[in-house]
Amino acid sequence: MTTVQPRAKKLPLKERYSLLTRDLDWEPSYVSRERLYPYTSYEGIKIHDWDGWTDPFRLTVDAYYKYQAEKDKRLYAVLDSFAQSQGHLSLSDASYLNAIKIFIQGVTPLEYAAHRHFAFLARYLEGPAPRFAALCQSVDELRHAQTQIHTISNYNKYYGGFHSWSKMHDRVWYLSVPKSLFDDAMTAGPFEFLISISFSFEYLLTNLLFVPFMSGASFNGDLPTMTFGFSAQSDESRHMTLGLEAIKFLLEQDEDNVPIIQDWIDKWFWRAYRMSALVAGMMDYMLPKPVMSWREAFELYFEDQMLGGLFPDLDFYGIKPPRHVDLAIGEKDHLGHQVYKILHNFSFAAAFTTSTPTDEHMAWLSEQYPSTFDRHYRPTWEKHRRIEAAGGRAFFQGLPQLCQVCQVPMAFTEPSDPTRISFRHSEYRGETFHTCSDGCKWIFDREPEKYVQAWLPVHQIYQGNCGGPTVPDVLNWYGIKEGDNGEYRGSADNTSWLEWHK
Amino acid sequence: MTKTLRQVGIDLQESEDNRALIEAIEGDNPDLTIRHLPGLIKLQAPGQIVINRQSVEAKLGREWETGEFQLAIVSYAGNFSEWDDDQIIVNWEH
Repeated sequence: MTTVQPRAKKLPLKERYSLLTRDLDWEPSYVSRERLYPYTSYEGIKIHDWDGWTDPFRLTVDAYYKYQAEKDKRLYAVLDSFAQSQGHLSLSDASYLNAIKIFIQGVTPLEYAAHRHFAFLARYLEGPAPRFAALCQSVDELRHAQTQIHTISNYNKYYGGFHSWSKMHDRVWYLSVPKSLFDDAMTAGPFEFLISISFSFEYLLTNLLFVPFMSGASFNGDLPTMTFGFSAQSDESRHMTLGLEAIKFLLEQDEDNVPIIQDWIDKWFWRAYRMSALVAGMMDYMLPKPVMSWREAFELYFEDQMLGGLFPDLDFYGIKPPRHVDLAIGEKDHLGHQVYKILHNFSFAAAFTTSTPTDEHMAWLSEQYPSTFDRHYRPTWEKHRRIEAAGGRAFFQGLPQLCQVCQVPMAFTEPSDPTRISFRHSEYRGETFHTCSDGCKWIFDREPEKYVQAWLPVHQIYQGNCGGPTVPDVLNWYGIKEGDNGEYRGSADNTSWLEWHK
Repeated sequence: MTKTLRQVGIDLQESEDNRALIEAIEGDNPDLTIRHLPGLIKLQAPGQIVINRQSVEAKLGREWETGEFQLAIVSYAGNFSEWDDDQIIVNWEH
């Protein structure tokens, strides 16, 4: 016979939350508030009541560690069984791992950077509720960096390109795109950082970046990446909430905050969107079994959910959709193709490999992009095919001009003409600075004194700061070894893969 | 204030543990649409999505804390307007 146990008595969630966050705060007595919190006034943001901020998750420290421990337990069970069963052999193809190489080189170091900066906010924001939310996020981000390194280290035993991701993040041309975005955010003030990373990146765009990425991992047999991805995403939902809470809080505190916030949204939407171009190329071209095109993901996660759902909500506060969003919508049928062309042309200098899409993949691209693929992009790939059929492989043998703001090679086209490269330039202190789009030019012109300091990989090579004047010198300085780079077909990964599947 | 009917959404991991949770959400939200993507389930509904502890416990056959929802969620679109011991509500506020 079973007896029904009454539920254990405990404090209601709301009360527990209030006791364990706000009620643990105190007023400083022997230093002034200004000395204790020196960074919350210079950006012009006005806050009247820090207690106006509450975390909708009502997360307390005991609950936080309990759930995080459970998430880690589930993840490490998957990692162990995947490694023990030689799970890497059941991937769709070794070429799939190129996407994971870009992930560990480009994204994992950003998790660590976020960990650092949220630790800063956990100390310097004035309200106890946002401080505690920032502390949880800081610990989350460190967990993400660690679990990604653990997960992906299993592939490093068998495949190239995984070995020096941290050094590469600081040095390699395509990785300066994500690195410079975070550097830009971390050198802004605390409120701008909240709008840049918590709101524009986490709330507006991470769905678009991570969810299809993890679905792609699932579809291509990469169980560990799917699992760390979803494990991280469960934290990400909390980070999105922090972003949304931050913006609403700042908007509700004072009307004078509205134009400042709008300006930051305008800047950071475009900054984060431009970085996501790398994901567009990955989704459209790098998954042997593609799961969703960039266009479809953009429509689902950005146009429907953000422009259709969120921005009408923010209109209540006088916030409009981000400046230049029309350009992003206008290029959704082009972005992935243009980015992958860059990667394909320059992969001799990258720690991943590329290849011309197969007939089957091109048929999928035609279907996904009926208005653009056959007309503008298929001819390029067919030309590569002809060159390769004759035993060649075309790489671009020069260094590209980079956009001064997003640092992506200048290969995007004009909104009105997909056959013409888009170039913008600005003059500042007697010098000319080049940008790839109206969005990046607007950002440059808004803060030229910041962006003239950009560490542009191509300029650095020409200035002699990257190991020497030749391609082998630079690759050596990057930590890229023969076989990590170039064409996938016939590469070290491809050769081992075929050997293991004989 | 009139209630908005703009779509809200919740993405959940597709797993054995989450099946009961998804059934409970389906039961409490008649206008729910469900889309399967590899590894995850995307739930969308006009206006709001409600998750009731009691419904989840009835499907699951054990006690369930609303905090456990954190183990299931991958992403969402909307705003958590309520999250207490008995209920979670995602909606748009304005």
